[in-house]
Amino acid sequence: MKRIIGTCLVALVLAGVLLADSALTITGAGATFPYPMYSKWFDEYHKKNSNLSINYQSIGSGGGIKQVTEGTVDFGASDAIMNEEQLKAFQDKHGFGVLHFPTVLGADVPTYNIPGVDAELNFTQEAIAGIFLGKITKWNDPAIAGPNKGVNLPANDIVVVHRSEGSGTTYIWTDYLSKISEEWKTKVGKGASVNWPVGLGGKGNEGVTGVIKQTPNSFGYVELIYAIQNKMPYGRVKNSSGAFIKADLASVTAAAAGAAKNMPDDFRVSITDAPGKTAYPISSFTWLLVPAKFSDAAKRDAIKGFVKWMLADGQNYTEALSYAKLPKEVVAKELKALNNVQ
Amino acid sequence: MATTTTTVPSAGPVAGSRSFLSRLRDGDEIARIITFLFAASVVLVTLLLVFELWQGSVLPRHKFGFNFFRTSVWDPIFDQFGALPFIYGTLVTSAVSLLIAVPLGIGAAIFLAELAPARVSDTLEFFIDLLAAVPSVIYGLLGVFIVVPLMRQYIQPALKSSLGFLPLFQGPAYGIGFLTAGIVLAIMIIPYIISVSREVLLSVPRDQREAALGLGSTRWESTWKVVVPFARSGIFGSIFLALARALGETMAVTMVIGNTPLISASLFSPGYSIAAVIANELAEASSNLQYQSLIELGLVLFLLTFVLNGLARILIVATSQKGSGMGNA
Repeated sequence: MKRIIGTCLVALVLAGVLLADSALTITGAGATFPYPMYSKWFDEYHKKNSNLSINYQSIGSGGGIKQVTEGTVDFGASDAIMNEEQLKAFQDKHGFGVLHFPTVLGADVPTYNIPGVDAELNFTQEAIAGIFLGKITKWNDPAIAGPNKGVNLPANDIVVVHRSEGSGTTYIWTDYLSKISEEWKTKVGKGASVNWPVGLGGKGNEGVTGVIKQTPNSFGYVELIYAIQNKMPYGRVKNSSGAFIKADLASVTAAAAGAAKNMPDDFRVSITDAPGKTAYPISSFTWLLVPAKFSDAAKRDAIKGFVKWMLADGQNYTEALSYAKLPKEVVAKELKALNNVQ
Repeated sequence: MATTTTTVPSAGPVAGSRSFLSRLRDGDEIARIITFLFAASVVLVTLLLVFELWQGSVLPRHKFGFNFFRTSVWDPIFDQFGALPFIYGTLVTSAVSLLIAVPLGIGAAIFLAELAPARVSDTLEFFIDLLAAVPSVIYGLLGVFIVVPLMRQYIQPALKSSLGFLPLFQGPAYGIGFLTAGIVLAIMIIPYIISVSREVLLSVPRDQREAALGLGSTRWESTWKVVVPFARSGIFGSIFLALARALGETMAVTMVIGNTPLISASLFSPGYSIAAVIANELAEASSNLQYQSLIELGLVLFLLTFVLNGLARILIVATSQKGSGMGNA
């Protein structure tokens, strides 16, 4: 009897070892915004490399940074770059750094609901910052009406709508506002959630959309992908070259290309208000956070292999899901940086 | 068959270890120990919860101290955290919901228990239990798509034109805010009040009603002056069960309250509640201080529930004594 049990146990352990050896699982956690893209990638990559599966939990950028720092996941993902304090926390804990790898691009678009107005409105930096600071309170304010000649804007109060929960979308929006308005930068600042001077909070893109659709004279921001998929009207935004640009996949990639020339080696760059005539100014990368050193060589090679594939073939899947792809310059730079993962 | 063993617990020290062993063999002792452990686990979980919340909120307690409860700025970027608007929002929405739900709920319970034919009562009870089991996110959707537009287009303008002189009903009508959150909460908690109150009213002994009727009171007099006072403590119980649900409700509230940390006398104003801000910000809390401040808010909510429940107990004891005194007079 004992012998049978013993044999069974040995067989079980062996099976476990063999299974573990043949199927490597990598875990990641973080941003929700690129989740549809990532799950598609991980799925496609698994089809090509059946012995590797990547398990990703979209718990939010803040959670991704926390988990990769604590070492509970193999890699993290975030819509916002890690700040100096967070980088230091990682370095202190592990003795080596963490690297940022841009994967795709996203953007925020201004959306509104003004009864009687279905024109695509043009928004200047002053108008957007003024509305969100609570300084511009009427739709017919000259700062809004100026670049919208011929549109009959009402003298109604603007109802500002923002995200209520911490989100990468809010990070991009407040990052943009901090760049175009000194007052915003000093009074409010940028972050996944901030102390809003005015406005109502809606939960998620769908919550913001819900409030805007139901509230006359409202103004808010949602993710470009959400606006495209739900066929929502949204406005053009004046970029740093003075042109009013409508957000689409091309103008978002153009913003990344404009910023690529001055791309730092660690890819920690904000591309809001990027230079370039056709660049859409409220765009951003989203990043994978990969530790610089792995004790497990198999995992390291697997992650490097995936990033390489993502930068090449993976980019072909982006547009079907309405994500803007990386510009070539950034891809080339990332391939080089991948050698720093050891 | 259990007669001998059931007397053993009161046997005292004479019973000795042999008796314990025999009790163990019989299974009674085992059952007692196991069920005791189950009961004790409730206390253990409660203590563990307080301990964890206390442990997890060291930073804001040291940094803000008592100011955490007094200040109303919530700024994750400049690391300023004050709980006042959230406490205010939680209390105001719960109070509004009780104000609406208590008369409606108790009225409905009286009808179902005392006045309606049994078949009607049982059928309605089925639907009420069904309502009590609906997930709160559904009520949130109901709030967003039905209550909010109704509020903005009809109810808030009507309140403004009729009662607009009160500070409670002033300011722009967004449709969302304290009042809307209170109404959605009321819809959610009415089934609890009806269901529990009905059971309590039904359990009032027949003699009570018959005695009142026999003394010449009308049907309504016997219901209102005899049956309802008799069931008072149970009805209070149902109200506090409902209050507990209203205080902690997260999803439905965050969908209609406006998520803006404001303290305003107007019920039309957008606000925020403790449960809603925790759900909204915990996942993306950028700094440890923000994270721990949210945990401290959790502790505040726990204490709030604890204190209100304590007050409820005192109220029940106080009124039931008063009630019996009046009965004697």
